Amino acid sequence: MSALTLTACGQAGQGGAAADGDGPVQLTMWTHSAGNPAELEVYQQIIDDFNASQDEYEVVEESFPQGAYNDAIVAAAAADDLPCLLDMDGPIVPNWAWAGYIQPLGLSTDITDSLLPTAVGTYKDEIYSAGYWDAALSIFARESVLTANDVRIPTIDEPWTVDEFDTVLATLQDAGYDTPLDIGAEDTGEWWSYAYSPMLQSSGGDLVDRDTMLTSDGTLNGPEAVDFFTWFQGAFDQGYTSNAGTIGNEEFNADEVALSYTGVWNALDSLDAVGDDLLILPPPDFGNGPKIGGGSWQWGISSTCASPEGARAYLEFSFADEYLTAFSDKQIVIPATESATEASEHFSTDGDLRPFVELSQQLAVLRPQTPAYPVISSTFEKAAKDIMNGADVQSTLDGAVSEIDANIQSNDGYGF
Amino acid sequence: MTTPTSAPATGAGAASHPLPPRRRGAGRARRHEGRSGLAMVLPALVLLVLFLVVPVMLAFGLSFTNARLISPNPPRFVGLDNFVRAFTADPVFLRSTVNTFVFALVVVPVQAGLGLLLAVLVNQKIRGVTAFRVIYFIPVVTSIVVVSILWKFMYQENGLVNSFIDTLTFGAWQGTAWLNDPSTALGAIIVLSIWQAVGFHMLIWLSGLQTIPEELYEAARMDGATPWQQFTNVTWPGLRSTMVFVLVTITIAALGLFVQVDVMTQGGPVNSTSTLVYHAVRKGYREMETGYGATISLIFFVLVLVIALVQRFLTRDKD
Repeated sequence: MSALTLTACGQAGQGGAAADGDGPVQLTMWTHSAGNPAELEVYQQIIDDFNASQDEYEVVEESFPQGAYNDAIVAAAAADDLPCLLDMDGPIVPNWAWAGYIQPLGLSTDITDSLLPTAVGTYKDEIYSAGYWDAALSIFARESVLTANDVRIPTIDEPWTVDEFDTVLATLQDAGYDTPLDIGAEDTGEWWSYAYSPMLQSSGGDLVDRDTMLTSDGTLNGPEAVDFFTWFQGAFDQGYTSNAGTIGNEEFNADEVALSYTGVWNALDSLDAVGDDLLILPPPDFGNGPKIGGGSWQWGISSTCASPEGARAYLEFSFADEYLTAFSDKQIVIPATESATEASEHFSTDGDLRPFVELSQQLAVLRPQTPAYPVISSTFEKAAKDIMNGADVQSTLDGAVSEIDANIQSNDGYGF
Repeated sequence: MTTPTSAPATGAGAASHPLPPRRRGAGRARRHEGRSGLAMVLPALVLLVLFLVVPVMLAFGLSFTNARLISPNPPRFVGLDNFVRAFTADPVFLRSTVNTFVFALVVVPVQAGLGLLLAVLVNQKIRGVTAFRVIYFIPVVTSIVVVSILWKFMYQENGLVNSFIDTLTFGAWQGTAWLNDPSTALGAIIVLSIWQAVGFHMLIWLSGLQTIPEELYEAARMDGATPWQQFTNVTWPGLRSTMVFVLVTITIAALGLFVQVDVMTQGGPVNSTSTLVYHAVRKGYREMETGYGATISLIFFVLVLVIALVQRFLTRDKD
């Protein structure tokens, strides 16, 4: 880090940037957004504005493709070469906090309190990260299709119960949709935990016992979890849904499926395809109220950052509403503050994507904030896929629980 | 008294007198040869040490610890715990071992055999044979990731494979979603893998075929040998060293099965396509248990080593 500061001084000396002869301190910043010009454009704007606003610091941005980003961070951490500012997917925050990659964020509480609770990453009650937006999941439908088949249109207060949902699916299947529901099961990786563990929580189960964070026994393999996964297996068996097709929302847009369980990021395309006929519905209630996943990409400061004050100054600068609104309208994600939401084109009170804001505010559940999460998520995905393919529900879940518990034990409880 | 014994020695020395200048020259040449030999072997040696010896040593060391990829706690020596866990408490590991060997046992003979058949076919002196060679070789130059993604679509319930079967049998037989069924998923991957790499081995066989002198065939024909007799008595013996090479390369490639599984099934459904390499990557990297991943890799290394030695023994020159 000191070498970097020296280089910065050298460069500043050549350019003669600072009046007192002491150049600005360089703050390196890594993002996962390479290949996402809309997002990078906003970052570039923030960085330019910030660098122009003062002489003390200079933010230098480097972007990585999302697929290689986490590997780059882990490798940089091993080489003790982390950037000052880094973004990370919400559920990994506790793991990186525990590993000592990132330090407590220390942002003014005025900022963190104004954000959606799901846009803040914590580990052991300490805030380590904060994000500009959140994503949300919902069920897309065509109003014309539902009314033609006499299907009740659910609301957040009165969602479909799971029995009603089964009837809806059977009705739509009879109406000519071979697999009426697209839940995106052809996707792999974090999608599985993000999309399907809220259903498990809606049924009363969970990925891990959130009181102790030390075991999954009873939550991931209890009777509620078995009920949910039996339904999940049945949905595939009865042909209500399948894991064929393409990742994304094309089947819905092409009217090959009647319902699509998918995210806010696909909403504009579907609006284009369906227009006013598009319904943005809450997911069904599996017993404990409908739930969706919360937590998207957030920003943190590495523990090796030589000038955390500078990094903090940048982050505080970046949480201005205008930037949050710009992110949200360019990328179609839900702004993290109330005021930015009102200013946004799609998410303000009369915006066409407004239902997502309510879904996010009322139904979002964070994935368990424990360093064990990467293992829990990978194990959950594998177990859920096995069940989808016909494995015995109870024994598969018991196996997953013993894998997770063994891992937590071998890591001495991950600090809990 | 020493003179008689020393005399023959001097005699021997005298006899070799004319040699020294030449020997000195030879020594210089040998030293020179040694130096260029060293220079030639050095790049390979550095790479082998860096990417084979060091990792194997590291894996060996790590497999006795509980090292994790990301952890604030230092690794702890755990003795044979990881090995005990692999063989007694990890059904996926055992299943992966079985899958890996089933895959190799099918792929090695079928791919080698098909490759030879294709090589014999495209070795004919007919018009347009180059086109056939190119057609068979195209899958080899296509990235295996791309091939896997394409075949994943073809294997779907309403995919190309099933429509093909449907057309062929006039609708009498309906295929399943091949990759979703534990009883067909590994078979589906085997078919795709054989198709993808068979062209490469065809090419190796072809180069072997073209080293067999035409005169032997002429002689055989003059003796009235049938095409089959020509094959068993001329072609096959002439392909011996090619056969050893093809067998060894297919075996090693088959045991290292990973990409197809990673792209198409992620080890599922119900572990029916999990392989040793895939399991090692999943445990050691995705679940960040470096120590346990190293253990699986080490076991894999030993297994491959044993198989390679057995193959070497079975295909050794018996004269």
